[in-house]
Amino acid sequence: MKKTVCVRYFAILRDQRGLGEEHVPTGASTASELYEELRLLHGFTIPADRLRVAINDEFESWDSKIKDGDALVFIPPVAGG
Amino acid sequence: MDFQLTDRPIDPSRLMAGPGDTRAGAFVTFEGRVRSENGGRSVKTLDYEAYAPLAQKEGRRIVKEARERFPITDARCVHRTGSLSLGDIAVWIAVSAGHRAAAFEACRFLIDEMKARLPIWKREHYADGSTEWVNCATRGPGAGKKKK
Repeated sequence: MKKTVCVRYFAILRDQRGLGEEHVPTGASTASELYEELRLLHGFTIPADRLRVAINDEFESWDSKIKDGDALVFIPPVAGG
Repeated sequence: MDFQLTDRPIDPSRLMAGPGDTRAGAFVTFEGRVRSENGGRSVKTLDYEAYAPLAQKEGRRIVKEARERFPITDARCVHRTGSLSLGDIAVWIAVSAGHRAAAFEACRFLIDEMKARLPIWKREHYADGSTEWVNCATRGPGAGKKKK
């Protein structure tokens, strides 16, 4: 079933996507499937195994189900401090 | 606030003001500053970008973990966002404890966990005009390597 989720991009993913946030209609059922869709569409260079994912401002596992209205962030390798 | 993000310069003298806890015989601070060199490249400036809502949550969780692991009386951390110049303070940590061992250990724990876990990214601007998101290289010998 089609749903629409909000995806926010940071750092290298924001550069590669060319924007900071978008609403994405998707048939993906998990966070992992959604990232693969977007990676193929936009040519993201970072494979999923080097990212983490957050759903609704909390870290979640890649096999988490996504539902209509969820807000997702794919988290590139961090470099704080 | 035990953890905060700020887009303003960090002023340790202001952060350290106020009455101290007289149970605390040890007070350890750590300042992470912008360095002019990284991986052999000459750095001119850098930008920190944070996924703020989750960085705040994770920062508070890290401080809570430090309080549970070490016998300390207080811990505070501040992380910068935005554009920084060489020598600017990127992260500031202060720990109070009854004795010095716990204060040093908790401070070390806090900076190590912050670096590994906060959803914060650093873009370096180099002297040759190029820029790079640190740790995000996807080709070349540096790709995927963990930095110390």
